Amino acid sequence: MSKLEPFLFVVGATHHTAPLEWREKLALNAAALPRLEEQLATLGGLEEFAILNTCNRREFYGVAESQATLGQLCTVFCEHQEIEMDAFSAMQLRKTGSEAIHHLSAVSAGLESQLVGENEIFGQVKEAYAAAQKTQRVGPILHKVFQKTFQAAKMVRTQTGISEGQVSVANVAVDLATTIFGNLSDTRVLLAGAGEIGEQAAKAFRSRGANDLTVASRTMDNAMQLAQTLDARALPIEKLADRLAYFDVIVCATAAPGAILSHSAISTAMQKHPAAPLFLIDLALPRDIEASVAKIDNVYLYNLDDLAAISEENKSARTAEITKAREMIAAKAHHLWENLQRRREASN
Amino acid sequence: MTDRTWIWIAAACYLVGVVIGTVALLRHRKQPAGTLYLFVAIGFALQTVGLYIRGLEVGGCPLGNTFELFQFTAWSATALYLVVGVTFRLSLLGYFTSLLSLVLSAVSLSVPAWDATRRSDVFGGNVWIEFHAALALFSYGVFALLALTSIMFLLRNYSLKNKQLSGAFAFLPSIRDLDTISVRLLNVGVMLLSASMLVGSAYWIRAIDTVNLSKLLITVAIWIAYGGAFILRRQGKLYGKNLAWICIGLFIAALISVYPVNLSRRGDEPPPVPFVQP
Repeated sequence: MSKLEPFLFVVGATHHTAPLEWREKLALNAAALPRLEEQLATLGGLEEFAILNTCNRREFYGVAESQATLGQLCTVFCEHQEIEMDAFSAMQLRKTGSEAIHHLSAVSAGLESQLVGENEIFGQVKEAYAAAQKTQRVGPILHKVFQKTFQAAKMVRTQTGISEGQVSVANVAVDLATTIFGNLSDTRVLLAGAGEIGEQAAKAFRSRGANDLTVASRTMDNAMQLAQTLDARALPIEKLADRLAYFDVIVCATAAPGAILSHSAISTAMQKHPAAPLFLIDLALPRDIEASVAKIDNVYLYNLDDLAAISEENKSARTAEITKAREMIAAKAHHLWENLQRRREASN
Repeated sequence: MTDRTWIWIAAACYLVGVVIGTVALLRHRKQPAGTLYLFVAIGFALQTVGLYIRGLEVGGCPLGNTFELFQFTAWSATALYLVVGVTFRLSLLGYFTSLLSLVLSAVSLSVPAWDATRRSDVFGGNVWIEFHAALALFSYGVFALLALTSIMFLLRNYSLKNKQLSGAFAFLPSIRDLDTISVRLLNVGVMLLSASMLVGSAYWIRAIDTVNLSKLLITVAIWIAYGGAFILRRQGKLYGKNLAWICIGLFIAALISVYPVNLSRRGDEPPPVPFVQP
């Protein structure tokens, strides 16, 4: 370990370290995020920080005076999420120095994603950086690290073939729908949640021939806006339970804190058309659909982990490109780390 | 060449289909639909020749012993596949049909006792009874194909429920297509069997004393069972994997019943002529 470590760190939990049930408990509610940020801002010794909060990641990037500061950060986070520190420690991701840079670069390039090579994560890292910048949590070190990381991620995506093939959750979900319904032209698709990932799924269904699309959202304006973009219908989410039986495919991608589709709601809907299959895609975290729904006859429930596992099977074709991308990221991260060290030594 | 020789060659064609399909499955490759279809079609043509020669020999539709009943069932299922397989582009169904026809042909050919006696003029020159028997056996062929699509439905359902979509599972048709085909086959099978029962009953009513009670009870039981499945499916009370299991179970029961039904007929008819190889 360098004498400058651990001034730069990443700590958190991801799909690599925590199972789905725990990732649900670790999920950071968008409404509660500012309160956590304020708590962290008051931590002594935490010079800079940015929070990457996605379906599969709760990652805190920062610059700290000592390892003790990292411990304090974890304590604050656990108290905020009301979870045991020991449990969090067991599934914790913790990297410092060059390893932290390497990790952020790999995450931005999509190399650490559940669906290796997917593009959404790059936008999410940029959003996390922009949000931290807005609240002035980012200083010179994190600024440089993020900027250089974005350059490395762009280079990897343009110079390797890691993003080729079916590497988005949306495409995997639509492929899966064809194994249930065959031709999608007469399938009735409902999208619950007007977020980016749901929109991508809806567009993928539309591009594969699904003509009957409906968007439901907690905010009717959002639903109507997205429905207009997709040439779909809008539905208030309160009416979802009454209309469930109408749909063949339901894509759930809301930010609701708990399940919006219960076992009993799906059972009731299935009683109206018991012989017709129902495909449920749960892209939300915390999950929008109760897991026990999968036991109902003719209901096929897939969540993020399931779709990622299917995508993983397609990954072998891109193995060489992924290796090439990892080598590029490692070289760039090493170069940046040395650069930062020289700067730090010069300033001392 | 004798009728049995033609049928042996037909079975060899089905065997080639099974080998080609198995190799494709083991290599996780898509079934070579065209090649499979070709071998099934050649097998069907050769089997038709064999059954035609047998028909000329016995002076009617060859439905006089267990061997002939098995052959006619396999022939009916294959004939239907040649139509359904093209309509629905079901390459994997070709593999299963080859397998079923091979098993039925091989089993019936390898049990000499089933073909030891051949009945000439089994239906006493009554074309309606012959039509009744042919319709009933043809419906068994439909139910054979229904059992195959039901097996495919169960495999697809298992793969979707357990998230195992690669390998051989990747080549199964969609579960909705399989359900559609199965329901259509059930409808057609029940209609054919009902028509057969109607034709048969018209004869029985006029000559009730000639009715073989065991045969009648077994046939009516199978008709009621399939009819029940048909009604429950239409009412939405029987569907999905439960329907698939029932269709498989009913076909096995129907196939098993062929032997006792054929055995029970012996007491009602004049002694058959033992077959001597020319």
